[in-house]
Amino acid sequence: MSKSVSLIIASLLLASPALAQEKKATPRNYGIGQVATPAQIAGWDIDVRPDGAGAPPGKGSVKDGEKIYLEKCAACHGEFGESAGRWPQLAQGKGTLASHDPVKTVGSYFPYLSSVFDYVRRAMPFGDAQSLSNDELYAVVAFVLNLNDIVDDKFVLSRETWSQVKMPNENGFYDDDREKAEKAFWNSKPCMKDCRPPVRITGHAAVIDVTPDDKTPRTGGVE
Amino acid sequence: MTDEVDSANPTRRRFMAGAAGLAAAGVASTAQADPKNLPPNVAGWSKTLGDGVAVRPYGHPSKFEKDVIRRDVQWLTASRESSVSFTPLHELDGIITPNGLCFERHHSGIAEVDPNDYRLIIHGLVDKPLIFTLEDIKRLPRVNRIYFLECAANSGMEWRGAQLNGCQYTHGMIHTVQYTGVPLKLLLEQAGVKSNGKWLLVEGGDASGLDRSLPLSKALDDCLVAYRQNGEMLRPEQGYPVRLVVPGWQGNIWIKWLRRIEVGDKRWYTREETAKYTDLMENGKARKFTFVMDAKSVITSPSPQMPVKRKGFQVISGLAWSGRGKIKRVDVSLDGGRNWRTARIDGPVLDKCCVRFYAEAEWNGEPWLLQSRAMDDTGYVQPSKDDLRKIRGVNSIYHNNGIQTWALKSSGEVENVEVG
Ligand code: HEC
Repeated sequence: MSKSVSLIIASLLLASPALAQEKKATPRNYGIGQVATPAQIAGWDIDVRPDGAGAPPGKGSVKDGEKIYLEKCAACHGEFGESAGRWPQLAQGKGTLASHDPVKTVGSYFPYLSSVFDYVRRAMPFGDAQSLSNDELYAVVAFVLNLNDIVDDKFVLSRETWSQVKMPNENGFYDDDREKAEKAFWNSKPCMKDCRPPVRITGHAAVIDVTPDDKTPRTGGVE
Repeated sequence: MTDEVDSANPTRRRFMAGAAGLAAAGVASTAQADPKNLPPNVAGWSKTLGDGVAVRPYGHPSKFEKDVIRRDVQWLTASRESSVSFTPLHELDGIITPNGLCFERHHSGIAEVDPNDYRLIIHGLVDKPLIFTLEDIKRLPRVNRIYFLECAANSGMEWRGAQLNGCQYTHGMIHTVQYTGVPLKLLLEQAGVKSNGKWLLVEGGDASGLDRSLPLSKALDDCLVAYRQNGEMLRPEQGYPVRLVVPGWQGNIWIKWLRRIEVGDKRWYTREETAKYTDLMENGKARKFTFVMDAKSVITSPSPQMPVKRKGFQVISGLAWSGRGKIKRVDVSLDGGRNWRTARIDGPVLDKCCVRFYAEAEWNGEPWLLQSRAMDDTGYVQPSKDDLRKIRGVNSIYHNNGIQTWALKSSGEVENVEVG
């Protein structure tokens, strides 16, 4: 046996149990990727949690927010948050969630201030994302809350006043319970023969007739 | 095309186009052939040269397949930039969706990310915050996995009854491709998750900055940071150059243009997991964090856009999938769910992936009420729409995995119907 081969075998014998153990203990570091600097992270780290963690410095009043809203939001969402055309409605809808026609808005459905704030901060105005200053952001969100009667006309939103905001539907949600509530669907042995009385057709899509025509080319652009 | 048939009624017009006037001709009608291309004559393509190599440097489907495209429903949304287009399931077979036909859902249009300027930051409760280039990600060990991706709102229009007449529209917010990528676990290990890290915020780099809370346990289990679909780089519509793959879970959390992963100790409750993607029940309360897509199936042919052209032998074909595991069995009914027969699954049966099923039958013009019913390896059986509605009401938008019914009429036309 040549020297190099025996060396390889020796090192394999030594190395393999050690490697296997090492795999369990500490994951392999590939030395790929750079350390992200605080400045790099700060530029992108825009999320905000319900407890206000992540909310930037700054403040804005309902009054200032109204101006910004009329200029930058009302064209789509309506002067009172009632929606212009088919854009999302931002206000009203309270008391409709259990009805046949639920209207989900910031006031009727959003559970937390952060859910609105974080979203507007990253995505609105639609098509001009991340263009609002922190003060403008606080102000316009304060105004949307005011449209929903969640804060009064004098309210100034900031990190300091964050916890004063109570959203009406905060307790409207519960964790996924399908495995309990829908346990009957785990029934492994479904019926195969004469499972139900003769079947009647109770509804037709063609009668409703809302399906687009496959042959119609679409023209582009925001409507 | 010449739409003189009934221009006030687009659905009818589409039927006529699809069925090629089959009703008038009495079923046994097919598209017109040109006799000069048929034996004993010899077709032009048998005599002359065609395009040479690399004349089509990136190949496209035959020009005769020009109607096999994604389509949208204009009245659904106010703008195309926050909207959805649907996979033409009725035109496809097997389990893999061609890249150009994968349904799209964007919230601020398609971000066109320059791969040289792509960065992924991992930070928060980690030992060492890291920033990766695309090249970095491609240097790491990678895996190949085939998964379905279904939007939680797939079939969402159908809660109150049959509405859209085509499985492209009722079920087309799903696609299945092979992803190549790095296990998210491996990337997190590079940064070192602190012991109090429990949830991740995963965020996209488009102008909607879509952000979701992902449990660390799922991230460590089977999530991928993917950059290829079906071998080639992701399409821009699918998040080029990097997207998150969250097997079996609703499409909304498969973040496209992935730019940032923050490790935290609790959920963020972003707009996309509160105002949207929560399932409103009849009592006005809503389920939250309903990540998993339950077992579901649909017959893709025959279906409203794929009418029956001839009497006699028929292959009924469809797709089945489950976010909880593998599909174990698919049953098919021709009488609206009274009697069932077990379909034949053909091709791979993979975890959290679509399977293709077939059932064979003779049709002599009698009315059929076609249904399919999927079962997965957890014992879950796809419920009827009525059984779902009994528990959830009709307001939940998301997670409609109820059994679909197609009515086949003596004319060969197929319609989306509700049965009771
Ligand atoms: C060009 C039209 C347009 C403008 C202008 C606009 N938005 Fe929006 N807004 C949208 C669209 C579209 C959505 C939904 C996007 C989606 O779901 O992908 C939306 C969603 C929202 C939502 C979430 C609604 C919900 O129920 O989930 C809030 C809050 C909002 N916008 C606030 C604002 C504010 C504040 C401004 C001004 C600073 C603004 N928007 C400007 C179009 C617009």
